[in-house]
Amino acid sequence: MNESAAAPTGNEPFAVRDCALITLATGVRAQNLREFREALLSVPAGSIFHHFWGRLLLPQFDEPEYNNDFASWAYRGLHDKPLAERLSMIIPTDFPDQESLRQELIEVVEQRLDESELVPWSMADQQFHFLQAQIVVFDTGMRCSDPADLLHHLPSLSTGSIYYHCIDARTRTEGRCDDFSAWLTGFGEEHAELSAQLNRIDPYFSSLKELRQIVTRSFQQHFEARK
Amino acid sequence: MDVMLDEEYLQNFIDEYQAVAGRVVIEQLRQLAEPLKGAMVVHVNSTREGGGVAEILQKLVPFKQALGIDARWEVIGGDGPFYQCTKSFHNALQGTPVAIPDHLLRNYEVTNAKNAEKLRKLLEEADFVFIHDPQPAALLAHCPLRRGKWVWRCHIDASHPFRPVWKYLKRWVAPYDASIFSLPEFAQPLPHPQYIIPPSIDPLNEKNCEVPAAEVREVFDRFSFDPDLPLILQVSRFDRFKDPLGVIEAYKLTARLTPLQLVLAGGGASDDPEGEAVLEEVRQAAKGDPHIHVLLLPPDAHRTINALQRNATIVLQKSLREGFGLTVAEAMWKGKPVIGGDTGGIRLQVVNHYTGFLVRTPEGAALRIRYLLHRRDLLEEIGERAQRFVWENYLLTRHLREYLTLMAGLLHGSRERIEVDR
Repeated sequence: MNESAAAPTGNEPFAVRDCALITLATGVRAQNLREFREALLSVPAGSIFHHFWGRLLLPQFDEPEYNNDFASWAYRGLHDKPLAERLSMIIPTDFPDQESLRQELIEVVEQRLDESELVPWSMADQQFHFLQAQIVVFDTGMRCSDPADLLHHLPSLSTGSIYYHCIDARTRTEGRCDDFSAWLTGFGEEHAELSAQLNRIDPYFSSLKELRQIVTRSFQQHFEARK
Repeated sequence: MDVMLDEEYLQNFIDEYQAVAGRVVIEQLRQLAEPLKGAMVVHVNSTREGGGVAEILQKLVPFKQALGIDARWEVIGGDGPFYQCTKSFHNALQGTPVAIPDHLLRNYEVTNAKNAEKLRKLLEEADFVFIHDPQPAALLAHCPLRRGKWVWRCHIDASHPFRPVWKYLKRWVAPYDASIFSLPEFAQPLPHPQYIIPPSIDPLNEKNCEVPAAEVREVFDRFSFDPDLPLILQVSRFDRFKDPLGVIEAYKLTARLTPLQLVLAGGGASDDPEGEAVLEEVRQAAKGDPHIHVLLLPPDAHRTINALQRNATIVLQKSLREGFGLTVAEAMWKGKPVIGGDTGGIRLQVVNHYTGFLVRTPEGAALRIRYLLHRRDLLEEIGERAQRFVWENYLLTRHLREYLTLMAGLLHGSRERIEVDR
């Protein structure tokens, strides 16, 4: 076992990996917005990341109303729609690191506290429980020598593989992009358009299955256009 | 149970799950289990038959074996006072104030010590030991030469434990390497990582397997249900937290406008005076209405309940307080929309307007029953989505995946990210 795996680059075969998450309680919870702000100051950065992205690998319905756990709680727990809307527009990849993301969250919450005459509260059984996760990444042994070969395998990739290559990749790759588009850049102009198209996919409102379909469709259209 | 099952049996076993869960899911389990091949994993609980924990282990253990893990299952024994004590632990963890006499606590400790004599060698050699619930929790203290990771798996809703009893149990649980709770709300402050693994249903057991249409029909006829009326069902013990009286009220509110029939099916309550009182109140509330069927079923009536759920038009689980509420997942697995109480683990399963409805009052339940009965197209659609949701999230295969991930995680301490080479 090793600790890190580089994103696929150049013209090396694409190594398909898979991953699984296991959730851990941090023991930190919040019942009102002030407690929530205090908790944001102290929870591990991984917890903040988890509530943005980890949820994709956990039970959730395909069409969540808000695209991160903080926004969902602001709406369902605190019944504070303006806060939910603002939190849902925080895009984690806009920030160079997890600490900057944390600061932005705190900023939005403080702004809302300044605006509010009363501190928004949730019911005791609707508290926000800060969670974090361990991610186990493993090599499936599947190798794709070229993009056409990858297209052949895409529809049957597990949601764990999609998470690893499309979501987790954004924390690993230099351009904060998905692994597929990073790999395609190694083929130069030949697949540059497909690479750019994959890069433009907004993964925020899609389940991992939908994301798999979107990526597959992009590959299919690319190859059909080349015929 | 240290007998490894034969290879053909294990292959058939895994093939059956592949037929339900899909090839990709099983392949992922195989790959996740690869680095754990040959590891000795021992599960310990206090009963081989009956109860949710035994039900899970009956499948999890052979599944792990089929993936190449040396999985074993040991059961501890005890006398009457031991089970009296552990039953009190159970009630106390669920929040009931209960004073446990010292002599019962001493007996609990002695019983664990005696069981440790028998199991020590195996447990100390194991790579992973999973201790289920409080009954065997004190075993760890008797295995000083243990070399593996020890995990305490709490299947109980411990969100509001009776503090004096939790303080006592914490003494035994704190030295573990990790613990597992079913929901974040149930986790208690402990000096080790606390993993969250929700329960699951087994799609192949008697409660959830496919049942021939003739058998489903036979159950319908056996209880003389009315074939011309939609059937609303709640399956749960007769307990105030399950709000059976609220369900009857919701039925009566609906029946004023929409013809329907209600089935309340639950287990016997002979050892539970409170349950008997609730059952009597339910019978009184149902008296005189031929369309309310109160069924008292034996504890092993799994197939009957399976058929009842398949006969239902809508399933209710209008709990006022609920741990996880596996009956919700069971009904959803059969393609039924669920109207559930807005509480506990029901919230994880019932997504408003998508897999059912969350309600807080009998009026809310009545409104949603009427809505679904008048929008049969949506009823079907929601039922299909509910089934898919359970398929993706609440089957035994997901439960196993999380156990395997946890084991990989434990091998690497508190590291957030673990990369496994082939």
